[in-house]
Amino acid sequence: MTDLTDLSVAQIREGFRKGEFTAREVAEAFNANVAAAKALNAFIVETPDHALAAADAADKARSEDKLLPLSGVPIGMKDLFCTQGVQTTAASHMLEGFVPTYESTVSRHLFEAGAGMLGKLNLDQFAMGSSNETSYFGNVISPWRRSDGGNADLAPGGSSGGSSAAISARLCPAATGTDTGGSIRQPAAFTGISGIKPTYGRCSRWGIVAFASSLDQAGPMARDVRDCAIMLQNMAGFDPRDATSLDLPVPEWEAGLSSDLKGKRVGIPKEYRVDGMPSEIDALWEQGIAFLKDAGAEIVEVSLPHTHYALPAYYIIAPAEASSNLARYDGVRYGLRDLPDGAGLQDMYAATRAAGFGAEVKRRIMIGTYVLSAGFYDAYYTQAQKVRTLIARDFERAWESCDLLLTPTAPSAAFALGEKQADPLAMYLNDVFTVPASLAGLPAMSVPGGLDAQGLPLGLQIIGKPLDEQGVLNAGLAIEERAGFSARPGKWW
Amino acid sequence: MSVDHATVKKIASLARLAISDAEADALVPELNNILGFVEQLGEVDVTGVEPMTAVIPNKLRLREDVVTDGNVRDKVLANAPQAEHGFFAVPKVIE
Repeated sequence: MTDLTDLSVAQIREGFRKGEFTAREVAEAFNANVAAAKALNAFIVETPDHALAAADAADKARSEDKLLPLSGVPIGMKDLFCTQGVQTTAASHMLEGFVPTYESTVSRHLFEAGAGMLGKLNLDQFAMGSSNETSYFGNVISPWRRSDGGNADLAPGGSSGGSSAAISARLCPAATGTDTGGSIRQPAAFTGISGIKPTYGRCSRWGIVAFASSLDQAGPMARDVRDCAIMLQNMAGFDPRDATSLDLPVPEWEAGLSSDLKGKRVGIPKEYRVDGMPSEIDALWEQGIAFLKDAGAEIVEVSLPHTHYALPAYYIIAPAEASSNLARYDGVRYGLRDLPDGAGLQDMYAATRAAGFGAEVKRRIMIGTYVLSAGFYDAYYTQAQKVRTLIARDFERAWESCDLLLTPTAPSAAFALGEKQADPLAMYLNDVFTVPASLAGLPAMSVPGGLDAQGLPLGLQIIGKPLDEQGVLNAGLAIEERAGFSARPGKWW
Repeated sequence: MSVDHATVKKIASLARLAISDAEADALVPELNNILGFVEQLGEVDVTGVEPMTAVIPNKLRLREDVVTDGNVRDKVLANAPQAEHGFFAVPKVIE
């Protein structure tokens, strides 16, 4: 019998429907993989009982012919989504022990579609990081290793590093992620999986622990494009409880999948050829161009002149919003309270926040507070929001000559843990290709394109027009079919 | 623009983050490094450009003017570090 944990979401769905196996068998197989993979530290909380209960409900539904879209499919949940009755920490000490009394809209949609939950996935603390090294609950270790024979622990990417590690290690077939500046796409690229950040507003932010509200967007991560489409259509949808939720019907993205790109024009933004980019990344990009041409697309060169300024704008806007959002952690309503002897209210706030936040979170709160403070607001924050307008305008102009954009996802393959931790700026530069689409709210996806000389995965990014997730997924599928990416990490954990 | 020790302490106070002098000293070069990086935005000509307010055009919805607190007081208080008599409790703020 095939190993059930090697199956994709679509294959689990089909095999379960045909009666080749039970949902309980699937849940038990994944639960066993989760339990045996502590060395990866991908989960903060494991919820095998949740997965089993959903599986039993699915088996019952099958016998009664009442199947739901995700009946029989267990998934992983990034620990940024509030889950009723299950600890939700955002990988912080601040929220350690926080047990939501409500369900986030995205997790509710998935559970209502029949999915079970294998556990809450580790991440960078409050989703701030690109390597999963800022979690209070320890680093996530990528299942991938360099082929040089060394055993250096590699970063699974961030912030959705638990999600990416768990999927590539077959601990779950799919997982939720969130993306503020690249937190779905970069970890997907580092671990040889796929992930899509939809248009801003497609997935409700209600019940997702907030980082930077004008940028935060949930999306799925999985091993192939079809699974991303299946997951996304069961996550998205209008929610009156999120003021920025888009009141639009959810397309049937899976049914719309087609890798025939005839008539599509794919733009290659020349500004993404950055100095010092490894030749392997350049070669991967050329390969991606060839794949899309082969699928029938016309390739055009385009210019996004303000690309260079996306990262500095992001590192003003995101910390500014974070400093405001994270003001809620005051030791009064939920989360940690640190009350030194004889302390007053103000001292309690300051002590609580000093004890509850990690170094990177504090750094961003400090930057955000500074750029929003009297006398500096216009020079930093207003200027950054104006530059953001110009970045969005660059994309609008590009859409006059193309339908999609193709770029590398990240400027390198996965780096070793600790390698970039000393210099926050070097870490920030990892997001150079993913941040512009975030600032413009555009749908963007990473799919595996190949391996580097050390045997590590490299990702290609497709960026689409607002609401054109279908176009993005289809181009992703065209690359997937041609790249034939089948590499997987050898099991060492 | 750059920050010094006193400015870092001032920002920390605004952000309600207790930091020691040693932590403030460590943050001075870190923050200056990041501020130096974002300062390049000053080069961009933004004459006549409006700051971004919404990436995807979307009109703000109005809802019925009714109480929607959900009548879930106990759930709201369930995760409070200290809840008393149906309220959040904090250290004494008035003498």
